Amino acid sequence: MKMISPDVIGQRKESSEVASKAKMSARSVRVFYSEVEAIKGIDLDIMENEVIAFIGPSGCGKSTFLRTLNRMNDTIEDCRVEGTVTLDGQDIYDPSLDVVMLRAQVGMVFQKPNPFPKSIYDNVAYGPKLHGLARGRGDLDEIVENSLRRAGLWDEVKDRLDKPGTGLSGGQQQRLCIARAIAVSPEVILMDEPCSALDPIATAKIEELIDELSSQYSIAIVTHSMQQAARVSDRTAYFHLGELIEVNNTEKVFTQPDHHLTEAYITGRFG
Amino acid sequence: MDRFHFGKHSSSQFNEEMESIRTNMMEMGGLVEKQVADALQSLLTGDSALAEQVLQVEDRVDDLEKKIDEECARVLALRAPAASDLRLLIAVSKCVSDLERIGDESAKIAAMALKLAEEGGAPSGYVEARHIGNYVRRMLHSALDAFARFDADKAVEVAGEDEQIDIEYRTAMRSLVTFMMEDPRSISRVLNVIWTLRSLERVGDHARNICEQIVYLVKGKDVRHISVDEMEKKVRGKP
Repeated sequence: MKMISPDVIGQRKESSEVASKAKMSARSVRVFYSEVEAIKGIDLDIMENEVIAFIGPSGCGKSTFLRTLNRMNDTIEDCRVEGTVTLDGQDIYDPSLDVVMLRAQVGMVFQKPNPFPKSIYDNVAYGPKLHGLARGRGDLDEIVENSLRRAGLWDEVKDRLDKPGTGLSGGQQQRLCIARAIAVSPEVILMDEPCSALDPIATAKIEELIDELSSQYSIAIVTHSMQQAARVSDRTAYFHLGELIEVNNTEKVFTQPDHHLTEAYITGRFG
Repeated sequence: MDRFHFGKHSSSQFNEEMESIRTNMMEMGGLVEKQVADALQSLLTGDSALAEQVLQVEDRVDDLEKKIDEECARVLALRAPAASDLRLLIAVSKCVSDLERIGDESAKIAAMALKLAEEGGAPSGYVEARHIGNYVRRMLHSALDAFARFDADKAVEVAGEDEQIDIEYRTAMRSLVTFMMEDPRSISRVLNVIWTLRSLERVGDHARNICEQIVYLVKGKDVRHISVDEMEKKVRGKP
């Protein structure tokens, strides 16, 4: 396990923020798909209780980078990851590490809602059961209710917990997936364009939820909607051709970005 | 400077909208400059017809302000602009308020010119009005020029001229007060010239505000309510 350098990459030097700690740290992360280098050496910290947005044009590597944070790239053949990624100082690419445990600690929500073809209850209960987080039925009921409440879905589904999760609307399904992710008490939640398949009202609900969840979790969100990044995130990271161009407080990125590439992208002057 | 090519958006319509806002603001600037020049001229030469004209053109200045603000609001609502685009819209929206106020001051000067023409002119103060007036006109012209070129350094330089205008204004005021004390019968006519000087000095203040908006637009830094020295430091600092 490598030591994390004490300087926090990409952090603004403001006293209120210097106090916060890095939850996850990526150092010199490179990702190759066979010979193609998709991520070219990225250093980035995800702080405790922050929402960080990854933006950039298609193919810039933002989703690839997001996936390195809970080793989702392991499932892709020919994909090779170099560098270190740590969670609370622990190297997540350590061969002795239990990947299933890691993915409970670093949960993920995908672009398209993907509930299991099971009941709403079982969708949420599946993870806690797998990880042995509940000691009995009563415990499990409590975890399910709490998770659904935190995902803002409880009132809408409490009378039909035994109905299939796939029968919910798109926005509800996505909140169900978020409930499923938080049921296993994660520390970090990764979201890969969680609202791209949702209408504006469902999107607003998810964004509201992200804001609430950020008091307990660190959240990294990939989004193609710059306005969404502006609305929900504390910091914004701009990726371009596999490199991290700029990471700054979101307000700064959207009013006076440091890098001209960031400026070109967010003002729509690309290509 | 190369960050301030307001064309080059992927959307050509967005380019046109931004260009139109800039063009209208420059047109309004040109119109207001002429208003100040005409108002001053009407005062110095006792030309009532010219003063009347200034008062009529004032409506066009007001219309332009409303039109530009409406355009800015529309682009803000529909395009969700960011970074330099956003700063341009905010800067333009604030500058047009200053330009409109400069228009108001010109109208006040024209009204004074009409009054003085009726009363047969003031016994003193024209030299001061000409002097300060020319100073202010140059300053306003330079400020608008700096805006057109997105030149923050020039903007700081021009903003510094406001202090000189304030000094000239105080000097003129002292001499006119002395004049009125020596010849109390002239007080009402000399007062009309003093109101004019006051308006010109306000035009200088508005020109300075425009310069501050240029710095915000180009450097993203808020330099309102600070001295010119501090302004200079902020502009020279890292962007």
